[in-house]
Amino acid sequence: MGSINGSLLLVAFFMYLLATILFAVAVMGRKWRNKEGEVTGSRWGKIGFAAAIIGFLFSVGYFIARWIEAGHAPVSNMFEYTTFLGIALSFAFLILYAIYKTDVLGMFTMPVVMLIIAYASVFPTEVAPLIPALQSNWLKIHVTTTALGQGILSIGFAAGLIYLIRTLDFTKRSGKVFWLEFIMYSLISLVGFIVVRYLFKLLDYEAVFQYVDKEGQEGEMVYHLPALLGPHQGELLTSGAMEPLLNLPAWMRSDDANTVIWSLVMGLVLYFIIRLIGRKPIGGMLQPALKGINPDTIDEVSYRAIAIGFPVFTLGGLIFAMIWAQIAWTRFWGWDPKEVWALVTFLFYAAYLHLRLSRGWHGEPSAWLCVIGFAIIMFNLVFVNLVIAGLHSYA
Amino acid sequence: MNELKCEQCGHVNPYGTRLCQACGNPLDEKDKEAAVIDMRYEGVARRSQTYNKTFVDKIWNFFSSVKVGISIIVLTLIASALGTIFPQEMYIPKVVTAAQYYQEEYGVLGQIYYMLGFHNLYGSWWYLALVAALTTSIIIASIDRFFPLYKSLKHQRVKKNAAFMKRQRYVGKEEVDNEDAVLEKAKALLLKRRYRVREEEGNLLAEKGRFARWGPYVNHIGLVLFFTGAMLRFFPGMYIDDSVWVREGDTEVIPGTNGEYFIENEKFVMELYDEEDETFGKAIERAGGMVVQNFQTDAVLYKRKDDGTVGTDPELEKVKEDEIRVNHPLRFNNFRLYQSDYKLNELNTMTFSLRSRESGEDIGTMEIDLFDPESEYDLGDGYKVVVNSYFPNFEFNEDNEPSTKSSIPDNPAFIFQMITPEHPDEGEYSFVGIRRNEDVFGTNDYEMKFAGAEMKNVTGLTVRKDLTLPFIILGASIFMIGLIQGSYWSHRRIWLQRINGQVWVAAHTNKHWESLKKDLGVLSAETGLQAHENEALLLNKKGKN
Ligand code: HEM
Repeated sequence: MGSINGSLLLVAFFMYLLATILFAVAVMGRKWRNKEGEVTGSRWGKIGFAAAIIGFLFSVGYFIARWIEAGHAPVSNMFEYTTFLGIALSFAFLILYAIYKTDVLGMFTMPVVMLIIAYASVFPTEVAPLIPALQSNWLKIHVTTTALGQGILSIGFAAGLIYLIRTLDFTKRSGKVFWLEFIMYSLISLVGFIVVRYLFKLLDYEAVFQYVDKEGQEGEMVYHLPALLGPHQGELLTSGAMEPLLNLPAWMRSDDANTVIWSLVMGLVLYFIIRLIGRKPIGGMLQPALKGINPDTIDEVSYRAIAIGFPVFTLGGLIFAMIWAQIAWTRFWGWDPKEVWALVTFLFYAAYLHLRLSRGWHGEPSAWLCVIGFAIIMFNLVFVNLVIAGLHSYA
Repeated sequence: MNELKCEQCGHVNPYGTRLCQACGNPLDEKDKEAAVIDMRYEGVARRSQTYNKTFVDKIWNFFSSVKVGISIIVLTLIASALGTIFPQEMYIPKVVTAAQYYQEEYGVLGQIYYMLGFHNLYGSWWYLALVAALTTSIIIASIDRFFPLYKSLKHQRVKKNAAFMKRQRYVGKEEVDNEDAVLEKAKALLLKRRYRVREEEGNLLAEKGRFARWGPYVNHIGLVLFFTGAMLRFFPGMYIDDSVWVREGDTEVIPGTNGEYFIENEKFVMELYDEEDETFGKAIERAGGMVVQNFQTDAVLYKRKDDGTVGTDPELEKVKEDEIRVNHPLRFNNFRLYQSDYKLNELNTMTFSLRSRESGEDIGTMEIDLFDPESEYDLGDGYKVVVNSYFPNFEFNEDNEPSTKSSIPDNPAFIFQMITPEHPDEGEYSFVGIRRNEDVFGTNDYEMKFAGAEMKNVTGLTVRKDLTLPFIILGASIFMIGLIQGSYWSHRRIWLQRINGQVWVAAHTNKHWESLKKDLGVLSAETGLQAHENEALLLNKKGKN
């Protein structure tokens, strides 16, 4: 990574970490009382907000520096796009915090911002040249606006999650508790993924396989994690590297599948360690910290985030996308998987808004919908990008 | 149908009205008992809630239901997602039939996918029917609500009765000494917070952001326009999707223009990024070397001057020159020409020489235009080469006979008949192709020697006309305006009424109560007039939690 933009992003990352801590203190720190005995949590929250703003400014610095270095807006590969999504999320948080001043939102979104930025840096970070189809201002406008829209919609998810943790009954086993724990587990798996990737990056781990692909051609595949799942008819070329437990059929991307398995396993390990220490569902561990939060307010925050994010997403993900497609691909709509999933996202949030406004779905059902919406966004970002390769695939 | 006379104020309301349109008094038994009245659409009479007799009524009620509307949205969503499980037919390679492709690539699931028609899902009749149902639902639901709501809000009265006030979500009552002064202060305050304040018999109605209520209707109109525009594509003449291949130096007629416009390819280039590049070098190496920087056709657009009689060479008039690049189409009238494909180094001409095997001497050379070979080439002095057969894209067919796969000279081959002074009548036969040179009947005195070839780049342009674009643009713009209008503003109202010697406060908004609460907070701090969340409502909530 270029030195200047890399350092700016690193500083931003640590500012977000600082903000996380400050917001956590603001939410949980009942000890901090002023002379009158009042809880002064929100003062810590204000400092946290300042840290978040500074972090955001540094990440904008990263964006500009990298733009200058590359000569084009840095949103054209997986690393750049994902990093931008993290920045967009932090910006979306700033907007919502300015309206509602909810510290708990910072406690939840700031770590997610960090996770996204860390996840981004797993992808190749060098500046890549633009192929002709990507040389368009409309593309940049489309991508940045979409990311911003997705960032704001994700705040809806964060608030929905807070609502669920705040209101669910964790003392009983139930489907709801199971699914909430499943969300926590998914987030932890992301942590697990980042941890193992960095670990083996530090060790410079590499295992080269010779394998036979779908068309029957021989090729080489490089693994950066020990291969639990090897490629089709894979033969390990690197000495000292681990032999795979199982070789996959040719139609699967075995290196990606291997990474997924690693994250899921690491997630499981981390999850059970946490459960062993806490001795109750993770949601139940967090719940006491959220006692002071008014569920109605956080419910409204989630709706507000979606009301703000939906037009931005529509503009970026559909309208600007159509303008770009009309210029670059000769037609404004082509039913490419990525396009279709943007449409699915749009229809989903349209359904959400109608359920909420006209059918009175507030509170818990609304919160679950926010979770599903976020899952759709992530599906589009990760799965459609990496697996169903279409026009938009960066990989 | 009976009209409803309000027992409080005597106003006569149309049948189906739930809240008196003058004073807000609940008319419906359910609302009379409710802790908080349903303020949706101001309790106005809607057609769908009022009539349910005829067939038309039933259709109307079906489509105006939001439940139905949401179901259609969700069905469309699921259908759309299904189409991405396997690639759509338009994205699969053209070399095999679709039936074969889905089966071979995706097995039984692929076969099922194909049989269900999911390989062409977005063009299927049922997908279009879903979109049509969505559009119908949007239109009917909007008409059903907009007109009554509009009338109701336009004619709303300031003065409300106690039954209305106490059934609002936020209410409060205050004994105050000087009602006039307090209300005057409240009015000034609300004006400052950019409310529009109206007065009636000493009562106040402060209102803000009413136009946000029209947001959904505006955005729905945009959607309907958009879908209509998309459907117009099926009308003949609205949409052209064609393509044309042009070799360097050639001029071709542009399909879809009735032979009126022509395009010349002066030059086609494909440029690569420099692999030594300081910034991009590493990324280019990762990509395995070549990364394309630019595809470009230097093009000239011509218009036909004469009337275009068949058979005559067209008389052309230059209209404009342009560089057609990806992301930079050439535009004329309603047409766009897009850079969408290319072929580098396509064989254009080949040169052969006729050589005597004995002396090794070249008798003469001939250049063959591979797109328009002559039937014979006279080399003088009794030497002549006749093109007996020409296979632009040579292969042996099933019967093991020489034939051609296409008319594009990707792999040209010839059977030449060499007429020489030694063989003046029948000549000798020679079969010449790329990397093959055979005598057809054994030993010849002469042979055809390959002497060179000229290659040209070919550009593939997509020809596009789309007259639906204005509708699409208009629809999308109106949609966005409506969406922003409804999302970034909200309709807030605060009623201040003198009832039984007290001042009553009630507040309502269609969304974002926190912002309204802020206004109420300021009001209470400055005037002492407080409104709290309705106690009955709070009791309900406690019961639930
Ligand atoms: C993809 C299609 C649709 C989109 C994008 C869309 C968009 C919207 C939006 C953004 C709102 C405002 C929601 C809010 O402020 O929270 C709205 C409201 C509404 N929509 Fe739709 N809509 C769609 C389809 C439909 C359909 C099929 C119906 C049919 C029943 C419908 C009926 C309504 C109604 C009744 C409202 C509330 C209007 C009001 O409160 O005055 N919409 N729509």
